[in-house]
Order: sequence, then C-alpha cells, then structure tokens
Amino acid sequence: MRDATTLWVMIVLAAGFTAPAAAQTDPKTAEEFDRFRAIMEEANPAELFEVKGEELWKKKRGPKNASLEQCDLGLGPGVVKGAYVQLPRYFADTDKVMDVEQRVVHCMITLQGFKYADLAKRPFSSAKATPDPISIVTYIAAQSKGMEIAVPQSHLKERETYALGREIFFYRAGAWDFSCASCHGQDNLRIRTQPLPNFTKADQAPRSFVGWPGYRMTGGVMHTLQWRLNDCFRQQRFPEPGYVSDTLTALLTYMGVNANGHEYNGPGIKR
Amino acid sequence: MRKALTSAAAVALVVAGCAGMEGNDAELQKQAAEVMKRDFHARGIAKMDRLNQDELQRVCTETRDNPSPEVQKRLEAAEMAKIKLPADGQYLGDWKQGRSIARRGRGMAWNDKPGKTSRGEPNGGGCYNCHEMSPQETSFGSVGPSLRAFGKTRGYGVEIQKYAYMRIYNSKAFSACSTMPRFGPSHSLTEQQIKDVTAYLMDPNSPVNK
Repeated sequence: MRDATTLWVMIVLAAGFTAPAAAQTDPKTAEEFDRFRAIMEEANPAELFEVKGEELWKKKRGPKNASLEQCDLGLGPGVVKGAYVQLPRYFADTDKVMDVEQRVVHCMITLQGFKYADLAKRPFSSAKATPDPISIVTYIAAQSKGMEIAVPQSHLKERETYALGREIFFYRAGAWDFSCASCHGQDNLRIRTQPLPNFTKADQAPRSFVGWPGYRMTGGVMHTLQWRLNDCFRQQRFPEPGYVSDTLTALLTYMGVNANGHEYNGPGIKR
Repeated sequence: MRKALTSAAAVALVVAGCAGMEGNDAELQKQAAEVMKRDFHARGIAKMDRLNQDELQRVCTETRDNPSPEVQKRLEAAEMAKIKLPADGQYLGDWKQGRSIARRGRGMAWNDKPGKTSRGEPNGGGCYNCHEMSPQETSFGSVGPSLRAFGKTRGYGVEIQKYAYMRIYNSKAFSACSTMPRFGPSHSLTEQQIKDVTAYLMDPNSPVNK
C-alpha cells in the first residue's frame, strides 16, 4: 500500500507538469502524450479506486446494513465479471434499460437504503472526495478487462432506447445550436488540437467506451461516463442533465452499441 | 407449423416495429425532447428554455442538416432579417481585441456569468476552437474552414468587411444548418466584439493577413 501511495504521488506530480502542456500544443505533442499515457496505463492510479470499489461492494453499509453482493448487474445477483461490457441493458425488475451507474445507484437505494437525493448532491469526483458509486463502477469495469463490448439489443426496449439515444445525439438546441453530432458526427474534426471521434461510425465509436472510467491527470480525479456526458452538455451550452437520468442511459446505449465488437481494456487514464 | 407461424408473425411485428421506428423521426424527435425536458434542470445562466428548439434547430435536427432547398432558403431569409448592422456604418473595431475574443472559448455555459466567462472576462467567440486564423497560432480546430489571410485573399473593401461582420453576427443567414453559433441573435457577442473580430479578419495589420 505504501508503495502504491508513493507511485500515485509520483504519477500525480508527473501529470501536473505534463498534462497542461500536452493540452495546448501541436499534434506531435499529442502523440508524445499518447506514448506517455501508454506507460502510465501500466501503473494506472485507477487501480486504487478499483480496490476501494471492491471494498464498498462487499461491505455491509447504509441504513439497511447490507452489501451490494445481491445486486444484479444483468448477469444474475452478485455476478460482476463481464457485466460492464454488456451495459446498458434491459432489467425486468425495473422494466427499463439501465446503464452501469444508474444500476449501481438503484442497488444502493433498494438494497442498502441510501437516498437518491443524497447520492445526486455531489455525484462527481473532486480533489477532496470521490463519491462511492464512482469507485464501485471502476471496480465493476475492471472485471470486464480484455472482454468484447457486447451491449445487448435483443429486447424491444433496448432497441427503442438505442433509437431514442440516436435522436438525442442529433438534437440541436441551446444558445449555440449544438448537438452531440456537431462535434462527434463527422470524421477528422478537431477542437483546437484535440481530435474528436465520430461516434456514429463503428471504427471510432469504441472511443466512447474504451478508457472509461478514467483517471484524469488534470486534477488527479477518477471520472465515469456520467461526468463525461455532463461536461459535454455544459460545453454544448445546454442546461444540466440529471445524475443517472434516462437521457444519459439512452446516449450510452447508442454509443455503446455502436462500439460493439471492440475489446474493452479496463479503466483508463486521461489527460 | 403453428409455432413457425407464430415466430413468423413475431418477426414481422419486430420488422414492422423497427421500420416504424426508423421512418418516424418526427415522433422520435418529439419523444427525445420530452425525455430531455423531464431529465434536465436549469443551472446558472443555462435555463430550461434552451431545450426548446426554434424552427431552424428543429428542421436541422429533423433533416440531419440537409433541408430541402426551398426550406433552406426560407430559413436563411429569416436569419438574415435578424442581423443588425452597426448604426455608425463602421464594421471594423480593434483587431487586438478581436484576437483575444477569437482565442477565448468560454462563455454561455452554466458555469459562466451573463455576458461574461466564469473568470469575469467578456464572452469569447471560440473562433480558434474551429478555425485556422493567424499563422502564429498553431493550436486551431478543423470544424470550420481556414480563415488564414482572410482579408488579404478577398480584398479589404467595405463589402467584404460587411460580409465578414454579417457572417460572424449570424452565419445561419448564409448556411441554415451551419455548425457555427449565431453570435449576434444569441447575445453571445456584443456589436463591438463582432466589430473587433471582423477587424481581426479584415485589418491589413492583423496577423491573420500577414
């Protein structure tokens, strides 16, 4: 543990000096950053959050003093291995399609007695704190490392959610008339030097899935796709989407299905 | 046989269901709007009315940015009518101010302030997010066309000045489903700021034209 902490401090220090420079300079620097990231992935601080998430999954907690080991992530109660790459999916008990974080929050509410309002108050990581669902999602994601992305489309509601997600993806509104597709609907676009993957194409869509949840070196925090989509909508100049809301599940279904067939390599690292 | 018929019927239903889903974009678009209006909340300056599509946003969404020529013409005329030309007839402001507006990408998000960024600076135009402009600025996006040597290649005359001013004010008057924000009508940039950015493109001394 001491070794891990030392490593973590070193990584944060290195990130502090390297990441801002990489964010603003030319494509060559972006390439160097990719190499740097590959090295960092060998000792990704996300592992610390995996360990914390596993503890949280197994420990009896909350007003009902229960663990999450009876939580059904789609493959049966307590089955974690392979669950992440098959989410979002349809759940008969709620009669709806849920993504991983929505399902974890659902289990924390139903099994452990936590309140949605408390969990939604500060849902994203800061330098001071990492909310529990983020560590839990990181743990779940790590148990799908090396597996193929296989977001299901066999249930009618899964197909309807995909179609709804696609429509939300193309929905132009807000002060600047943007949709998700304004930035992520064409090939070879960049904002400044940052390449923008085209999530409507199978060859680039995996970039909406692979690398998440991610340890973000800027600020040294762990983030899930809930945060990423929230920040996209901020930059889209929209109002704010609710935490673990169905809008986000629909978008995650659209992008996840488009990414199907690609290998998932576990929690990642971000600039 | 009965079983086979049942599955055939089921397949037919699924196919019909899918076809209905694919073909009925207006219905899906309505549903998307309803779900978003239920799920989103106002935060800071980003109020819920931002989810209400005006006609242009609705048509561009529905047609995936490819409206029929007649509809496009009508939308562009409506956007043209929203452009307010400067009362003093001067299109060019200060190119140095224009440069900082072009560089600054913040403003209008829920963490920003009315007319100002979260840091208290005037709203940015975010031009460099999408466009190449001065050769000195190597970090530029590729969503929009290059504007390098804008005035130098087009001429510095008042008609081109006016065109650049109008295009920054409301790009959708020229291309209805353009990705570029309507900086004037959305009150993202002031008249003076639009003049400053116009000068950055059109002043012979601006680095854009060097």
